[in-house]
This record gives sequence, structure tokens and C-alpha cells, in this order.
Amino acid sequence: MFSNVLIYFVIIPLLMLGGFFLCRDIKQIRAVAVVGSTALLALSIWLLVDYLGLRAAGATAPMLYCDSWTWFAPLHINLAVGVDGISIAMLILSSIIVFAGSFASWKIDDARHFFMWLLLLSTGVFGFFISIDLFTMFMFYEVALIPMYLLIGVWGTGRKEYSAMKLTLMLMGGSAFLMLSLIGIYYHSAADSSQLTWNILEIAANGAITTEWQYFLFPMCFVGFGVLGAMFPFHTWSPDGHACAPTAVSMLHAGVLMKLGGYGCFRVAMYLMPQAANDLAWIFLILTGISVVYGAFSACVQTDLKYINAYSSVSHCGMVLFAILMINTTAMTGAIMQMLSHGLMTALFFALIGMIYGRTHTRDIRLMGGLMQIMPFLGVGYVIAGMASLGLPGLSGFVAEMTIFVGSFEHADMFHRVFTIVACSSIVITAVYILRVVGKLLFGPVQDEHHRSLTDATWWERLSTITLIVSVAAIGCFPNFFESLIKFTFSPELFHAIGM
Amino acid sequence: MQPVIPIIILALPLAMFLFLGLCGHKLSHRMAGILGTAGMGVTMTLAYITAFTYFFSGSPEFIDADAHTRLQAVIFNYDWLAFTPQLVIRLGFLLDPISALLLVVITTISFMVHLYSNGYMRDHHGVWEKGFQRFYAFLSLFSFSMLGLVVATNIFQMYIFWELVGASSYLLIGFYYTKPSAVSASKKAFIVTRFADLGFLLGILVLSFYTGTFNFTDFTSTEVADGVYQISETTSAGIRDLIANSTVPMFMGASVLTWALVLIFIGGMGKSAMLPLHIWLPDAMEGPTPVSALIHAATMVVAGVYLVARLFPLYLMEPAALDIVVVVGALTALYAAMVACTQLDIKRVLAFSTISQIAFMMVSLGVTRPEFHHGVGYMAGMFHLFTHAMFKALLFLCAGALIHAIGSNNYTDMHGLRKYMPITHITFLIGCLAIAGIIPFAGFFSKDEILTATMGYSTVWYIWMSLVAGLTAFYMFRLYYLIFWWKEHKVHEGHPAPHDQPWTMTLPLVILAAISCVAGFVPMGNLVTWNGHEMFDNVNFFTNLSALNWQVAGMSLAIAIVGILVATVMYRKENRYPQMMKQALPRLWDWCFHRFYWDELYQFITHKIIFGCISKPIAWFDRNVVDGTMNAMAFVTQRLSFAIRGLQSGNVQFYVWMYLIGALLLGLITAICLI
Amino acid sequence: MELTILYYLIPSLFMFCCGVYGFVTRRNMIAMLISLELMLNSVDINFVVFNRFLFPGEMEGMFFSLFAIALAAAETALAIAIIINVFRVSENIDVRDVNKMKH
Repeated sequence: MFSNVLIYFVIIPLLMLGGFFLCRDIKQIRAVAVVGSTALLALSIWLLVDYLGLRAAGATAPMLYCDSWTWFAPLHINLAVGVDGISIAMLILSSIIVFAGSFASWKIDDARHFFMWLLLLSTGVFGFFISIDLFTMFMFYEVALIPMYLLIGVWGTGRKEYSAMKLTLMLMGGSAFLMLSLIGIYYHSAADSSQLTWNILEIAANGAITTEWQYFLFPMCFVGFGVLGAMFPFHTWSPDGHACAPTAVSMLHAGVLMKLGGYGCFRVAMYLMPQAANDLAWIFLILTGISVVYGAFSACVQTDLKYINAYSSVSHCGMVLFAILMINTTAMTGAIMQMLSHGLMTALFFALIGMIYGRTHTRDIRLMGGLMQIMPFLGVGYVIAGMASLGLPGLSGFVAEMTIFVGSFEHADMFHRVFTIVACSSIVITAVYILRVVGKLLFGPVQDEHHRSLTDATWWERLSTITLIVSVAAIGCFPNFFESLIKFTFSPELFHAIGM
Repeated sequence: MQPVIPIIILALPLAMFLFLGLCGHKLSHRMAGILGTAGMGVTMTLAYITAFTYFFSGSPEFIDADAHTRLQAVIFNYDWLAFTPQLVIRLGFLLDPISALLLVVITTISFMVHLYSNGYMRDHHGVWEKGFQRFYAFLSLFSFSMLGLVVATNIFQMYIFWELVGASSYLLIGFYYTKPSAVSASKKAFIVTRFADLGFLLGILVLSFYTGTFNFTDFTSTEVADGVYQISETTSAGIRDLIANSTVPMFMGASVLTWALVLIFIGGMGKSAMLPLHIWLPDAMEGPTPVSALIHAATMVVAGVYLVARLFPLYLMEPAALDIVVVVGALTALYAAMVACTQLDIKRVLAFSTISQIAFMMVSLGVTRPEFHHGVGYMAGMFHLFTHAMFKALLFLCAGALIHAIGSNNYTDMHGLRKYMPITHITFLIGCLAIAGIIPFAGFFSKDEILTATMGYSTVWYIWMSLVAGLTAFYMFRLYYLIFWWKEHKVHEGHPAPHDQPWTMTLPLVILAAISCVAGFVPMGNLVTWNGHEMFDNVNFFTNLSALNWQVAGMSLAIAIVGILVATVMYRKENRYPQMMKQALPRLWDWCFHRFYWDELYQFITHKIIFGCISKPIAWFDRNVVDGTMNAMAFVTQRLSFAIRGLQSGNVQFYVWMYLIGALLLGLITAICLI
Repeated sequence: MELTILYYLIPSLFMFCCGVYGFVTRRNMIAMLISLELMLNSVDINFVVFNRFLFPGEMEGMFFSLFAIALAAAETALAIAIIINVFRVSENIDVRDVNKMKH
């Protein structure tokens, strides 16, 4: 079992969890957090290099590093792992954000318990991305959701109990749909009832889910994951949840957890039920198209920094689901790029907002102004994050959005192209709200004289910010590398399964 | 040509940006200024070498064997992002007449501005402006983006750099970020051009969807050798077939190609500040004056013209799209010229003048037809782009010198400066003569060619544009007289008398003035034509002069002189004619002074309609309806739980009662069913 | 006169109803316990009777009632112990007063 590299993505966080028990003071806790998250980052980068090496050497299997250990034989539940380019991209994203998040929560109260819950959440996230068994995937999904409740409820700000409850209940509602559809998939996973399986690859190979059942299961599955992907009208947990969550949790949540939704929609809903995906896509295209524009317009009039960003996430994550539903290579590649891009830049946003909030003790943009003069580092970081968000070339947002637009527009159907044009219009609205915030928050005269005494970023905040900025710029400057990493996954055989 | 020099041309400004942006604050101000200027100087030299090699080396990759047709050469082309095997964004370097011309223009103006800013960005006591290093970093970023834009080999590369110039323009307009007016001006500029870019993006999507390529050379040219292309109508016809054979060739009564070209032109309208997307440019004058000279007069704002010129053979296939270009250009030209006659702020006068002159270039491209004088309009548009860049940058830099000396933007604070600032005075006068179109200054030749081309297209537009040319002469000389004559300058107590600026600022003025005097004699007809064919057989210094159509030239000269004379009469000395004119046409004057209320209209649309009628209701809907539904579900569940909570009393005897009653009821029901 | 099954079942039913009535109406826990015993015993009678009349050759019903009697004894002992402890705490064995653990 320990010979498989993937399992260490779960073991390292668990070891860190154990490590926090043994720590005696804050310094040791920080040391464990830093060492562990660095190890995760190193591991994911090593995995990327090794994976590319294997592919270059001619490995053509859809998933590499596959392994399976029986967990509960009567129901065919296994702990099955395996990764392809998309999972690796997600693993790298998660480890970068965990790394940056550890530094961003350098001064958190009750660090021991905070980090323990945070690492439990990370365990769930990493486990989700390495699993290819539906049951363990779902289990890890739940493991990732539950710590959220405590993290927001205990360490949050504002109406934290309400938000934590709302977030957990809405996501649990989504999981209920999801569980139903997963069980449904299981019982139709093979033509012969003795061969039933939870393994994604086997289910896809069997292709035994009949069209009628697909029509029934696909919407449930898509909605189940879509709730986490902040699909309209199931997105309202996101603004409240983000607004109340502590910095690192917002980063992880918007950066990684919301990606679980998109990843799940792609990996389970679309991949296992291609027929229904093809036929019912229009319903969800309408919903996600609304998300894209609606989130952007809502963000224009918000006054709380985190609300602005949460609505912007609704818009950007809507773009992910929107592109997945286009069912073509370019758009789907764009969707994965957008997941990466949005994950990094929104984590950057939330990190900076947390740092600013930690100084000014307000997130209301009407009460702040001219912060660029006072904290230039954070200000510049915020401008870069904003530019990434509104799609400036050279940063990640541009690459992802353009891939999505070009891919979606390639769709032969007029309906899809009209919706692409609608989605394109969000680039203007995004510019409006980003520049509005940047203008009010950073530029102009100093609004509150008390702010003049505030200090700029500390070294750990700088490290956290710079890590994310470098990642955002790396994707924006060398997109072909990431594109080819992702695109390999859409090899013809695999893509055939998604109905192309 | 080896790709080394072109790569350095692009890489050096980028490296300068990164270096000054990341480490600039560790350098001294002087050092940062010298570094930035030197970097730009090297870039300029290399660009000159490239352009001269292109035009004059006679190498077979640049000119065909008969030495009559200039070719397009792709120097390098790296894959940057492959959407599909066909649709690939490449970063490359396309050398052809217009990109070589623009390389010269951009690097020249940029170098002058870099040099000039060393003086401008310090106050009279030699104290450096705060953020001086940042300023140079942004200038380098802009130069990099603009150079990348003009050498783009494919339309998506152009779009990338198009966005980057937009962003650097945003950063530079908002350079004085503590000033609310600068912040809102930068925001406005970015959002308006972004809106136009949406059109550009959609145009690219449509065009690439039907043609399956992003490459300019695929749109307009045939490959004659490896990496060398010749502009030709045959491939374009091939693209026309491609569009005709696809499934949706028509959309709402126009061909998709027309739609694509019009959408792309909307992008150009935004950057080039054409009506109705012009409103950002006058506000952009909030930026430092050298920035206005570089970005908002000479280079970035002509990107729209360049875009149309770049896709010109495609536009030629859809004359309807070109007609739209003409109409938009002509309306903008007149509008901007009228508004320029009434503004107080000298930079705003120059801004409106820029809008008007760019509109001239647009009209010039729009009226071009190959059958008329070998498509002289295209050459004239590019020629005007070149000369206008020189004299408008000169005028802006003069304005900067005046503002630096006086400390105000309004001519009401200037008046009678000719004795105090002789160099500025002479150079400004040369700029005015050039823009007014007085022989032998640069503007005369280019504007004359434009009018010639317009006459070949339509007499109505010819008269219209001639009128605008007359207005141009009038408002420029109005400005000139109001600054340098009108009445004696009042020197305030305690303030030093205004004087000419240090050599870093006057040297660029002198150089640009010299260029403005001679640029008109450049035989542009042999260098830049729409299909690369040379217009003249043999060339000498007086080619342009001898090729003049004296009927048109005399006419335009006469109109310009009339404009200047009227301005002289009205503004040379303090008198009451201006006031009389204002009272004679109060309504018109009001509308011009308020720029025809476009800003108010936009203010209304954005604040009242977009924010008030869309965003606010959506936000309300989200909080109250969508979220309300979720909260209502929670509320109902909670109420329901409260309602049935009483049943779980913990009273065992009550449970037994319930049990009994339930059992009896069940028995009864069973009994009834059985019977 | 032959003793039919009804001669056993009617008293048993009567006992059960008494038990139910007592359990529902009495507030004294001892009395409730006695009512509970009544119900249990009526059920035991039923077991024995049904065994005797329906499956004369088998002994399961007998065993079951013996088993139930043993359980009832154990349960009574437990219940009495609880009641005595409740009395020690609250000086009262009214069932309505035993709600301290609810909150």
C-alpha cells in the first residue's frame, strides 16, 4: 500500500494532524505546518515531473499510478487511486494553496485546533482528487465539507454561526442528491449484477447505465456537485460563507473546495453519463450562463470586499461549469485552466483581503481608501490579483477565459454560441467591479486617518502572496505547458466516452 | 533576417519593466531615469536598424525580384497557446511596411518621452516626483506592449498586446493615484476600451470560427517563400469561399465577414476614441503630460487605425464595413474639431484635436479603393499616422513644458508667453503649422493625400473633411495665440517668471520640430502601400511635392490659411470677437463646450441604468429572493419542528395513550378494510 | 362444561386492560410498576394458553413465559432500585416530578 505515491497525499496531512497533538507551543505548530505543506508541495511537483516523464516514455493509460485496495468486499468498495493530468493540476493547486494558507494563518488564535481542522479538510481534498472509486471519493468529499462548519463557526467573523450552518446545510443538501445518484450509478454500473463496481474507469468501460437512468441520475449528480461549484440558484452559501470564514479557510474554500464541484461534474457526471450530458446540457448551460453574468452584476454593487470576491467567484466558477457543458476539447481544457486560474487568484484575493482586514478591521470599501500609500506591497498584490481576475494577458485569467471562449464558440450549435457571447460580456462587467474596488480601496486620498499608522506586509504574508502571484504569472506566461498537461487527458479514446 | 535583433527589441523594454518594477525603489531616481532612457535608446537604435534593413536592404525576403513589391516577412513565430491544431496563438514578429513604420514611430516618440520625462517629472527645485521609478517601469511596459502589438503575426497576439497597452494606459493615466479625478479617468479609460475590446474579441471569435485561423498572413497574403508572404487578393478570395461555403454565411442580413469586421472595428473605435466611444480620451489627460504625448496622441490611440490597416485586404472584400469606417470617422472628425474650438484646458484641446486627426486617418482608410490612384488613401492614412505622431507628440510635449512652467492646464493662466519661453514658442508654432497643413510642414503632405483620396470616393465627404481641416487650422491657432499672444503675461508676486525648461525637455522639442519640418518629404508612396507595390518609379527629395494634385492641394492650403487668418483676427490681441461669437451662437457654443453632453449620457447609462436598473435589482433579488428561498426553507423546517416538538414530551403515560389510540385506530381501519 | 380458550383469554384481557388503565392513569411510580406487571402477566397467561390449545405437543410458549417471568423479575428489581433512588433524591415518587434529567 505504501509503495504507491498517491497515498502519501493523504498520509502527510494525517501525519501532520498527529504532529499537532504533540506540539507544545506555537513555534512547533508553525514548524509542523510549514514542513508538512512544503512536503506536500514538493510531492505534487515531483509527481508532475514524474507523470510527464511517464507520458513522454509512452504511457497511454488514461490514469497512471492506479492502485486499488479492498475496503468492504460485499459492496465492492475499494480504496482505488489513480491520476491523470487534470487530477495532477488539481493536486498542485491544492498544495500551493495549503502552502500559502499555512503562512497566511501565521497568527491565528488557537492555532493547534485550527490547523488540525484545516489539515483534516486538506486530507479530504487531496483524497478526493486521487480517488477513482466513487464511494471513497464521496467519503473524502464529506471529510472535506464537515471541518468547514467548525472552521467558520469557531474562527470566523461576523454572523459566523448562521453562515457556517447555512454553508454546511446547503452543501449537505447537495451531497444528498449526490449520494442518491452515486448509489444509482453503482446499481447500474455493470450489465451483470454480480459485477457491480464503484470504480470510475470500470464504469466508463462498461457503459452499462441506460439512457433512461442517465436522464434520472445526471441532473442529480450535476446539481449535487454544482451546489459546491456555486451554480445559480444554489450559490447563496458562498457569499455568506466566504465573508465569515477566516482567511486561510476562505482561501482553501474558494481556491480548492469549489473546484471539487467542477472536478466532480466533469469526472463523474459528464464522464459516466455522456448521453444525458449531451442531451440535458442546455438546461445547465442556461443556469451556468446566468451564474456568469448574474454573479458579475451582483458583485458591482457590493460594498464588502469578501462579498465582492464571493460573487466574482460565482461568476468565474460558473464559467467552469459552463465550459464543461460545451463538451469539446478546447472548452473543457479551458474549464480546467479556469479552475486552476480561479483557484490561485481567488486564494490570492482572499489572502490579501484577510491581511487588509487584519489591519483595518473593516472590509467595507466605503470606509477605506488610499491604502496604496500605506501598504504598497499589499496594494500592488491586490492590483495584480484584480488584473488576473479581469483577464490581463500574462496572468492566468486571460489564458483560461480565452480558451473557454474560443472553445465554446467552436460549438456548432447556434444556441451555444449565443450563450458564449453572453458569457463573453462578463469580461466587461468584471472590469467594472474590479476597477471600482481597486479605485476605492487602494487609490484616492486616505479615507481614515487612523489607517496611516498601519504597517505593510510581514515576511510570512509576503511569502504567501508571492507564492500565489508567481503561480498566477506562471500559468499566464507559459500556458502551453499546462494546456498540454491537461489536454493529454482528453486523448481520443477517453474523449470518445464523453460523447465526442 | 536573424531573429536576434527583433527579439531584443521586444525583450529589452520588458526586461526594463521587470527590473525597474521590482528593483526600481532600490535605485536612485536619476539612475532609474538614465537606465530607462538608455534602454529605450538602444531599443530605438535596433528598431531603426530593423526598419532600414526592411525598407532599403533590398533583401529578397523584404522585396520581390522586380524590386517593386514589398513583402511581409515573419521573422519568428513561437507557439504560445494552442487551442486546436489550427487555432494557435503565436508570439511572433511580422515585418512589413506598416509594422516597420510603426516601429520607427513608437521607438522615436517613446525615446523622446523617456528623455523628456527626466526633466518633466521633477519640480522647479529639482525634487523628483514620487514614484518616478514606477513611472519609468510603466513607460517600459507600455513600449513593450505597443511594440508587441504592431509586430503581431496573428490577430490573437494583437489582442493580447491590445489588452496590455490598455492596462499600461490605465496604470499611467492613474499615475497620480491619490488624485480622485485621475483614478476615475483611468477607470473610465479602461472600462470604455474594455467594452470595445468585447467587440474585438467577438469579432475574432467569429472570424476564426469561419476561417479556422488567427494568422494575418492567412487572411491577407499568399506565401511566396518560407516565412515570406505577399499581400494578394487571391487568398483573400479563398477565405471568401471558405466563408461562403460554411453553413451560416449570413446573419441578420449581412455576411458573417461583415459582422466580424464591424465587430473588430468596434475594438478599434474604442482604442482610437471614435464616436461614440471617445469619452475616455479627454479624461485620460489626467495622466502626466509625457504619457499623453506617448500614449494618447502618438501611439496607442492609433492602434485602431493600425488594426484596420492590418486587416485592410479583408475590409476591402466587404465595402459595407469600409463605409461604416468612413461614416464613423467623418462624424468623429467634425465633432472633435468643433469641441476643440471651445475647450479651456490646453491638453483637452490637444486631445480633441487628436481624436479629430485619428478620424482623418480612419476616413482615409475607409475611402481607399485600389482602382483609385493605386489605393492612395491607405498610404495617406499611414503617412498621416506617421506625421501626426511627430507633430502631435511635439505639441503635447510643448504643452507639458508650458504646464510645468505655469503650473496650470488652462490657457487663461498663460497668455503672452512668447517672450518668456522662446524655444517652446517656436516649436509649438511649427507643430501648429504642421497640423494646420501649411506647406512644407509634415501635415500638409499627409492631409493633402487624404483629401485627394476622399475626393475620389465622394465629393460630399471631401467637402466635409476639407471643412474639418479648416477648423483644425482655426482651433490650433486659437490655442497658439491664446497661449503666446492675446495679452501680456502677468508675473505673480513671489513666483519666478516662466522660462524655458532644462535641456532634457527642450531637446526632444527641437528634434521633433525638426522632424515635423521634413517628415513630409518622406516618399511614403514607395514605402507603405496597401499591397506593397511601389507607387513611383524613381524617388528623390521632391517626389511628394511633384506628385501633388495641385487642385486639391491649393484648395486645402487656402482653407488652412483662411482658418489661420480667422484665428489671427479673433485671438491675436485681446478683443471682443470671441465673446460676440459666443453670444451669436449660444446654443452651439454650449453644446460644444459640454462636449455635446456625451459624458452626462454615459454617466446616466452607467449609474442609472447599469447600476441602478440592473445591478441593484440583481443584488436585491439575490439577497431576498434566491437567498430568501433558502432561508424560508430553513425557517419552515424550524417552525415545523417547533410545532411538533410538544409530542416528544418525555411523558411516558402520554406515549402510552398515543400508542393505544394509534393501535385502536389501526385496528379499526383494518377491520373496516376487511369488511 | 368444557373450558374453552375464551375462559382463559377473557380474564387475561381484563387483566391487561386493568394494567393499561393503571399505567396510564396512576402517577405513583410503584403503582405504574404494578400495572406493568399486570400487563406482563396477562401476556404470560396468553403464551401458556395459546401453547396449550394450539400446539399441544410443543413447549415453546411455556418456555417463553418462564423466560418473561424471569425478565420481569429482573426488570422489577431494577425499576424498584431506580424508584428508591428517585425517592431519595426528591422525597416523592410522582412520575410528573421526575423530569430533572430532561433539561
